[in-house]
Amino acid sequence: MILLGGCDSGGGRGEVVRFWGLGREGEVVRELVTDFERSHPGITVVVQQIPWSAAHEQLLTAFVGGSTPDVAQVGNTWIPELAALGAVAPLDAHVAASPVVHQSDHFEGIWDTNVVDGVLCGIPWYVDTRVVFYRSDLLAAIGVTAFPRTWSAWLQAMRRLAAGGNARYAILLPTDDWTPPVILGLGRGASLLRDGDRYGHFQEPAFAEAFSFYLRMFREGLAPALANTQLANMYQQMAEGQFAMHITGPWNLGEFRRRFPPQLAHAWATAPIPAPDGAPWPGASLAGGASLVVFARSRHVGAAWRLVEYLSEPRTQLRFFELTGDLPAHRGAWDDPRLRGDPRVAAFWEQLQHARPTPKVPEWEQIATRVWRAAESAIRGQASPEQALASLDRDVDRILAKRRFLLERRKARP
Amino acid sequence: MTRESRAAWWFLAPSLTVIAVFFVLPVMGGLALSLTDFDIYALSDPASARLTWFDNYARLLADPVFWKALRNTLYFALLGGPLSVAASLAAALLLSSRAVWLKGLFRTVFFAPVVTTLVAVAVVWRSLYHPRFGLANQVLGWFGLGGIDWLGDPAWAMPAIIIMAIWKNFGYNMVIFMAGLGAIPESLYEAARIDGAGVWRQFRSITLPMLRPTTLFVSLITMIGYLQLFAEPYVMTRGGPLNATLSVALLMYEQGFRWWNMGFAAAVAFVLFALILAGTLLQLRLQKDRS
Repeated sequence: MILLGGCDSGGGRGEVVRFWGLGREGEVVRELVTDFERSHPGITVVVQQIPWSAAHEQLLTAFVGGSTPDVAQVGNTWIPELAALGAVAPLDAHVAASPVVHQSDHFEGIWDTNVVDGVLCGIPWYVDTRVVFYRSDLLAAIGVTAFPRTWSAWLQAMRRLAAGGNARYAILLPTDDWTPPVILGLGRGASLLRDGDRYGHFQEPAFAEAFSFYLRMFREGLAPALANTQLANMYQQMAEGQFAMHITGPWNLGEFRRRFPPQLAHAWATAPIPAPDGAPWPGASLAGGASLVVFARSRHVGAAWRLVEYLSEPRTQLRFFELTGDLPAHRGAWDDPRLRGDPRVAAFWEQLQHARPTPKVPEWEQIATRVWRAAESAIRGQASPEQALASLDRDVDRILAKRRFLLERRKARP
Repeated sequence: MTRESRAAWWFLAPSLTVIAVFFVLPVMGGLALSLTDFDIYALSDPASARLTWFDNYARLLADPVFWKALRNTLYFALLGGPLSVAASLAAALLLSSRAVWLKGLFRTVFFAPVVTTLVAVAVVWRSLYHPRFGLANQVLGWFGLGGIDWLGDPAWAMPAIIIMAIWKNFGYNMVIFMAGLGAIPESLYEAARIDGAGVWRQFRSITLPMLRPTTLFVSLITMIGYLQLFAEPYVMTRGGPLNATLSVALLMYEQGFRWWNMGFAAAVAFVLFALILAGTLLQLRLQKDRS
């Protein structure tokens, strides 16, 4: 495919686009880039691979040092931070003029994570959300053949699982993981923050209700009070029937396939998150994944954007899925039988229609850490649920103090 | 100023300049930074950083995570430091005694961990500490003891880090102790033996007093190093589980380069500096009182 030039950079010959890819994706993107270079003579892509664990620090350090690349893969939760810094270029005009990238091809909730204060700052590259992975054989043994769709049915099934002796615990919810309480809160319609993301809003009834549902699973002995660091081998423990359910993401599709013993190869399945009683199914889940951003300092924005377009094409997206197993951001790519035909992937498709972004403030990661700390103190009985949420709101208000100051200042000096 | 002292200043000038540019100035900058709320927003717009005076310090002292980090650091330094010095001294005594063969070989073997990169060491020790397949738990099994989740159990994570740190570092101090031992005149021991002193008496009345300057140096350096505990938990546990191995230096790093709360991180740095300074002065004072 040949895209005729004429963009702001003039589509000149011999342009070099520097791309930062993370982890495994950074490795396989080299392969995709070769095809891009063939169809775009005159553009050379230099790929630099950065480990996930160091990527966030590297990007910010690069920004401070003025050495950001032209294009980078970023976790979509980092986008509000990069936007607040003014590090990334707005992409609205590019999308409006693009023959390839259309908002309607994307999952609504995932696209939304890339829009900060009404400005589009990134294009989804691959998506992830969390669903329930469960031992279908253990559920079948207690007469549950279709995974519960409401919280009350879910709770009933868990109680019977734990009481029936099939599984030691019904569900694994690591205590140092902020995602389960937040997912349940989002499902109940909680906003998490209030007043234009200026204050914590964890004491609102919607979140408090979800929080008490979450705590109940521990209080009734349905979930073990274990942190991720205390789990020796989650897959093995789940195969042994230590627990029958776990809320986790698409990267575990491959891990479960690889690590479950062969005789249990058909004994696990996935299902979207159950909804609170009376709410439409499925419940909400997180809008995760990685996006491609173009940096504001780039002098090759035109060529960089063409690389983003190329990586967004359904064909490239499928190729990328083959190489990595990452779920495509382009909904058109999901027509492929390998995605459509796999019932375990279907749960993700269903859930992605109901993915909701977490508050798009640079402080979110810090807030998320406080969420699990507050939850843990309630689980271990160091605080009552009300106390835990009140102190969580206090912490979050303090974390957001600077944001409030800046918003006020912006209002005063338009 | 006499001619000599002027000349001395000229000779000192290059190193004084380097110290001023690369030490004094950054430290002053850090001190100024610790009085502001410099954060992620200030990276793009420095004007958004506000002078908050001692707010960072007040928040720090009110933060239970900081106190946890401080307790962990003191735990590590006060237990690990003396144990490490004792291990070094014991190894030095063994290798200096006439009964041991192949001294050169053992010296090299004991010194090898010091020059090995910590990341490689951490990989090996993580597998030693593996709850199911690790050698540490197998050894406990031989004595009929149950296994320990070394790095996963908040109560055992710090002892596990201490054991590894001692193993990694004792070789360095051992070499210094051996030099100190070598400098003690043999005639003192001869005289003591003629007077009928036993091995223990010789150790207490000759070796230890003669080693005092060496011991002072070794314990100071060890304390300063151990209070700056960072790499071991950073590589092995990332401060977990439940912040059981979070040290002050690791907290500073997390605040500074993970959350970009540079002002707050600078305040942590100065508290750590004050802590080390206090420890050093205390140790010097104790040594002076004894001599």
